Amino acid sequence: MRYLPKSPAERKQMLKAIGAKAIDDLFAIIPAEYRLTRDLDVPRQQGESEIVSYFKAAGQKNATDYASFLGAGCYRHYRPVVIDSLVQRGELLTSYTPYQAEITQGTLQAIFEFQTMIAELTGMDVANASMYDGSTGAAEAVLMAMRVTGRQKAVVASTVHPEYREVLQTYLRYRDLPTAEVGYVAETGRVDLKALDAAVTEETAAVLVQSPNFFGVIEDIPAIAEIAHKKGALLIVSIAEAVSLGVVRPPVEADIVSMEAQSFGVALSYGGPFCGVIAAKEQYLRQMPGRLAGQTVDGNGNRGFVLTLSTREQHIRREKATSNICTNQALVALMATIFLTVYGKEGIPELAEHNLAKAAYAAKTLSEQPGAKLLFKDSPRFHEFVLQTQEPTAQWTQRLLDEKIVGGLDLGRWYPELKNATLWCVTEVVARETIDHAAKVLAAAPVEA
Amino acid sequence: MAATVEQIERKTLGKVRPHQTQNEGLVFEKSAPGKRGYKLPPLDVPEVDAKAALGAAYREEKAGLPELSEIEIIRHFTRLSTWNYAIDLGMYPLGSCTMKYNPRVNEFVARIEGLAEAHPYRPESLAQGILEVIDLLQKCLIEITGMDAITLQPAAGAHGEFTGILLVRAWHESRGNARRKILIPDSAHGTNPATAAICGYQVENLKSNAQGGIDLEALERQVDEDTAALMLTNPSTLGVFENEIHKIADILHAKGALLYMDGANMNALVGKVRPGDFGVDVMHLNLHKTFSTPHGGGGPGSGPVACKKFLEPFLPTPVLVKKDGALHWDFNRPQSVGRVRAFYGNTGMFIRALAYILANGPDGLRQTTEDAVLNANYIRKNLEDLYELPYKTPSMHEVVFSDKRQAAKGIKTGDIAKRLIDYGFHPYTVSFPLIVHGALMIEPTESESLEELDLFIDAMRSIAKEVEETPDLVKSAPHSTRVSRLDEVQAARKPVLRWRPVSN
Repeated sequence: MRYLPKSPAERKQMLKAIGAKAIDDLFAIIPAEYRLTRDLDVPRQQGESEIVSYFKAAGQKNATDYASFLGAGCYRHYRPVVIDSLVQRGELLTSYTPYQAEITQGTLQAIFEFQTMIAELTGMDVANASMYDGSTGAAEAVLMAMRVTGRQKAVVASTVHPEYREVLQTYLRYRDLPTAEVGYVAETGRVDLKALDAAVTEETAAVLVQSPNFFGVIEDIPAIAEIAHKKGALLIVSIAEAVSLGVVRPPVEADIVSMEAQSFGVALSYGGPFCGVIAAKEQYLRQMPGRLAGQTVDGNGNRGFVLTLSTREQHIRREKATSNICTNQALVALMATIFLTVYGKEGIPELAEHNLAKAAYAAKTLSEQPGAKLLFKDSPRFHEFVLQTQEPTAQWTQRLLDEKIVGGLDLGRWYPELKNATLWCVTEVVARETIDHAAKVLAAAPVEA
Repeated sequence: MAATVEQIERKTLGKVRPHQTQNEGLVFEKSAPGKRGYKLPPLDVPEVDAKAALGAAYREEKAGLPELSEIEIIRHFTRLSTWNYAIDLGMYPLGSCTMKYNPRVNEFVARIEGLAEAHPYRPESLAQGILEVIDLLQKCLIEITGMDAITLQPAAGAHGEFTGILLVRAWHESRGNARRKILIPDSAHGTNPATAAICGYQVENLKSNAQGGIDLEALERQVDEDTAALMLTNPSTLGVFENEIHKIADILHAKGALLYMDGANMNALVGKVRPGDFGVDVMHLNLHKTFSTPHGGGGPGSGPVACKKFLEPFLPTPVLVKKDGALHWDFNRPQSVGRVRAFYGNTGMFIRALAYILANGPDGLRQTTEDAVLNANYIRKNLEDLYELPYKTPSMHEVVFSDKRQAAKGIKTGDIAKRLIDYGFHPYTVSFPLIVHGALMIEPTESESLEELDLFIDAMRSIAKEVEETPDLVKSAPHSTRVSRLDEVQAARKPVLRWRPVSN
């Protein structure tokens, strides 16, 4: 086997040194009746060329030549080449969690830079080293708010990503922690502030909203914060599209921000691995889940970095820890850090403006087609919008697929009240001609008899 | 002052000689206004006045991100990388972490366009390729574990534990009583009790017996009608196989409790024995340990959960099913615990893990396990005369010593670990498991050659000698790194968790 660095003679020599006759002597402690005496029924050992062929064939079955208007928590942006060439350096790729600080300063400094960039972008004081993804990060943020406030209830906007809400339910359900859901205003697609005001009580630990929300609409964060804070609840803002922070005002009124950083240079990869991160006001630091890198000095006064405040974590506190999280998404956080360095202070706003312009053009062009209408038309948006058609979604979806275009995502699955409504995402990688083409196909509805 | 030629030392210690590393400030300190590392193509649609479009939601002040050119970015992260130790540089014997070789073909295939660029909401008809990859990996993992069903959704080991214990809870609830407590051996990873707690269970500690294993009498006493499950790591964190595992399962099952297995140490079992065959009801795997996906400085991982048939209805939604010759996601799972993560899991890790399984085949997987166990026993044999072996039970894939003899000289496991760095190795796992005072937990994995093992053994033996002769040398180690021991107390007392510009 090509990954195993031993010759048959060396194996014999080692067995002899140990004082064993055969390798199975070392497995003698396993009761005989459980020992596997046959080969595992998995595919036979394959050469590297066979493995590459297998996965290339799988990739082709996936159909690569389709244009796409899908977003909804998973966004296609251009990924600068330097990201992949850097994260494939073995020193970064094949290193463990930096518990031994003297020989992991590279990883530790990069985490410190990531934490700084996330804090800068979100307007929070501090950020952690990463969470699994945006959905679990949001759920952990709610649990964090419950620890901070000592309260047990959460209020969640129905405009938060539906799968994030499902994950939150899973995290809370078995602890008998109730959540109340607050809807949106039909005209604006924004959280219904009156309903929110009614739902938030003295028992509410946290209000969770997403901005830009699942419809691509930017929420009125200052107004929501006021409602939450009035009753002593914390405001958690979930951000699924991190690039939006290039042009959208950061949620500085929030107490906790839970962000999905996939947009910063991370491949779609059928939904993962992505990169969640929690940022917060400094006073909530001790209740934060996940790893944190901090600056310190060594015995000679050199600046250095270590994992710190680990008394919050499971390997020290066990059942009293702030979370059970251990492994996080370190390498993906590094990808985001490199992406943010490449685009930098001027590039992130410029990139965000390109997204804004592309989506504005697409929203206008598509909604001008006969039978099509832009929902939540007058609300501020980033690069997603909801289109409603008279023609059933399934029909034009198929017409687009015939033209090798994946159109907007049908919202009926999560919002039955939104009939024939689809969520479209247009990032900087979508060409104008693709938008024009999609509009033409959309317009070509068969004439009804 | 200039050094004389005689003062410049290029001596070898263990398997290393000192080597210069470049200094590099924080990325923010390298920034200067007007430098660029990007160029966007011209916009092919009309520009939008962002401020007018967004109104009050417009960001007035730009985030304080750095401004650098591309060459500086390459140098910055390359320089940082040279400050890291890595498997690619040498042995990384962290017990319980299974730091094995991360095959490069895994990285190559995970980046194939049709897989890497697949959107999770694309129509299933356009996603059959990735679904087939997921399906084949699921089948392989079910066969390797001897279980009946699986979910790949959990993002890491601890997330898998969470999912597995939720399955346990949902099953008990379906029978009318969630039960109150989870039993956890005192040798367990910290994630186990933390998981039980976030699933709403009380943690009850189970003391290990004189061999470091489960004390069957204690277990019998402690398991009752209120016990939901036992979370067991097998082999244990001592690297010892629970040879009375069938009795453990029987005791639990007799009281209606379930056996959860933490699969952190699965690298000792693959192809030799299957948890499903010895009574485990539900378990998680760590694709980033046993199945060679890279640790990447702390993640991403992937923590699939495999279970027996009776727990299948409770698996997270959606579940992959085959219908009319095509693969589909089934969302209609009324008894499901719900989602544990958006989308379908860390799919990029599934691709890598399957590539590893294909590269090995049944014979390679078995040989891998045998070599991992052979390596650990070889280290044990060659160090047990100098380091205290608190439990004499046969070792599987890792061996745990204690610093008892060295501690008598004032040298602790943490000191020996730091000195090991000077010899060119990453330290073993320090002070864990907790049931061993001053533990040295060594897991070589199958990826080490005899030459590398011998160098490690030589280094450990040399350090044992230093403890006797020059203890201060060990106590003040490491001596060859860019930074010496860092002040962790200061880091925690006055946390500096982000860079801030120096204000003038």
